[in-house]
Amino acid sequence: MAFVPGLGHLVLGRTTRGAHLLTVAWAGAGVLAWRSERVFAAFASRAIDEWIASLFLLGSLLFVVVYSRWDVGRLLTGGDEPSVVGKGPWQVASRRFRANTLAVASAYMIVILYVVAVLTPLLAPYDPAAIDNVLQTRYLAPSGAHLFGTDEFGRDLFTRALYGARVSLSIGLLAMLLSKSIGTTYGAVAAYFGGAVDAVLMRMVDVVIAFPTFYLMLMLVGVFEANIVLIVLILGLTSWPGTARYIRGEILSLKEQGFSEAARAIGLPPRLIIIRHLIPSALSPVLVSAALSVAGMIGAEAGLSFLGLGIRPPTPSWGNMVSAGQDAMLVAWWVAFFPGALLALTLVSFSLLADGIRDALDPKVLMRRFV
Amino acid sequence: MLIDVQNLRSHFFLDEGVLKAVDDVSFSIEEKETVALVGESGCGKTIVALSFLDLIPSPGRVVGGRILLEGEDLRAMSATQMRRVRGRQIGLIFQEPGAALNPVQTVGGQVADVLKLHRALTRHEARAEAVKLLGDVGIADPERWAGAYPFELSGGMQQRALIATAIAGRPKLLIADEPTTALDPTVQAEILDLLRHLQDEHDMALLLITHDIGVVAEMADRMMVMYTGKILETGDVRSLFKDARHPYTQGLLGSVPQLGAGRDDPLRGIPGAVPDFLELPRGCTFHPRCDLAEDVCLSSFPPIRGIAPNRSCACHMVA
Repeated sequence: MAFVPGLGHLVLGRTTRGAHLLTVAWAGAGVLAWRSERVFAAFASRAIDEWIASLFLLGSLLFVVVYSRWDVGRLLTGGDEPSVVGKGPWQVASRRFRANTLAVASAYMIVILYVVAVLTPLLAPYDPAAIDNVLQTRYLAPSGAHLFGTDEFGRDLFTRALYGARVSLSIGLLAMLLSKSIGTTYGAVAAYFGGAVDAVLMRMVDVVIAFPTFYLMLMLVGVFEANIVLIVLILGLTSWPGTARYIRGEILSLKEQGFSEAARAIGLPPRLIIIRHLIPSALSPVLVSAALSVAGMIGAEAGLSFLGLGIRPPTPSWGNMVSAGQDAMLVAWWVAFFPGALLALTLVSFSLLADGIRDALDPKVLMRRFV
Repeated sequence: MLIDVQNLRSHFFLDEGVLKAVDDVSFSIEEKETVALVGESGCGKTIVALSFLDLIPSPGRVVGGRILLEGEDLRAMSATQMRRVRGRQIGLIFQEPGAALNPVQTVGGQVADVLKLHRALTRHEARAEAVKLLGDVGIADPERWAGAYPFELSGGMQQRALIATAIAGRPKLLIADEPTTALDPTVQAEILDLLRHLQDEHDMALLLITHDIGVVAEMADRMMVMYTGKILETGDVRSLFKDARHPYTQGLLGSVPQLGAGRDDPLRGIPGAVPDFLELPRGCTFHPRCDLAEDVCLSSFPPIRGIAPNRSCACHMVA
């Protein structure tokens, strides 16, 4: 019993945790059984994405097995008595979040999208770039063999949508992380040190805001070859000023509060005061904007790629797939439809997630709304 | 002598003029001694404490004098040196424990932060020591409360937790700024007991900043009376209570309600109000409220002079 992850939890009445562990275990084992050849072949190949996919799969399986044994042991020895105290602000928020069905559903959707994106090399039924016998294979309608149909070169669109998801989703996440970490650090430093430092740093923010980002992108894409790294850098490095301004404002007010004076009085250096005391208190709204910003970044990348300025074919991204499909809209609607639908699904999921986070963090929102 | 303050002056530079919150204040504190700094709200008591640690908020700063901690001038220290004084040599307890604790960090974590910083403990050691310290300051079941967030604690427990952060670095001087003002009377008594107990155990000197004469009587060896940024009278508590010389001190002591006093012995207050710091009266700043005031009081502020062993007073009318 203890060897099947999650089963122990189900028996002990921890159904939610049990169901999660069981699902991950079955799904992981299923992929392993179905694609065992590819999983092990990956370690012989030189492609880093195949390594990551296989390691991620095996790692998750190992994790659920080890974790569920450890956790069941802990539960059996009674080490899980719910504590009355220590329910911090984040735990309260997380409980409110979990009561919001729509937000939880979108969080699952996003997790599934990202997991599938990581596992793409294992899951994809075809080679995303393989072309053979174009005349017979082009523009095949969706069917059992080609779930999303094929494009003008006879490439399987389901496979390409998976690879495209990898590109789009990772650009969204990385650009968001870059933008938010620059913005947070920058704003916090400006506000904490104040005075001349603040004045100089914030004037630089004004310059970045005033800069016509779109033309910067056009120029950079014209000069350098557009690849994922360049797109992430462009999107990340131009979108942080909003976060910087917001964090600066928050920290200006937080640093006048008692606990921040108390932190100075115990001799904490500025670096630790900023990291340990100020940023954590200012961070919750950044979390909301981070979720929205992933959607924004994915949308921006899709926009660039649609215009032919982003990811270049034959590397698939959702944006350039929609772009390729628009010419064939009347003869083969599926070429543009599926990547477009995935794009819409992702963006909606992130907005709902952001909504959910905001409602969970805002004590003024009544829980009644979620019923 | 643990700390020796000489001619300390801390001013705020406002648009309306210079506010002399601490104006030529001198005193010293011996090791393990308890000294009370007494005065009405807004007389500069807190600014004295903040001057020690270079924590005066802008636009204020220390403009003159010396603060010698075991012979070393705190004012000559670099920011890095000063950070080693804060929490390690001098601990500070704030007035409102609820505001001084970080709302998004556990209580134990905040104590552990000080331990990691000043006693170079590892994360694991710091956590264990933090639990022990929370027990030392009288929190029952510290293991459990170490994981609690400040808002889950009562006011008294918050003050205890804050005291734990202040003593975690094993300072030689603990400054308690109105440590009991925000608490109800029974908890006040407990906190004062705790402070006395900790002082004995850790051999700390205590600078107690308060406007509560009762607290002074209970805790302090010596007291200093402050008014409009200046010290008016100092002395050991026993003799000062029995025989206050400065009219202001007499007024302060006379305005404490006595249990059992009858109708024929009404509570006496000090007439008038604390003057605006930016428009201080000429000469002795207390003269408009003083019954004894004569012409000389309008001309100059009286220097503080020794009037008896261990007693000093700043008044033209006291010989």
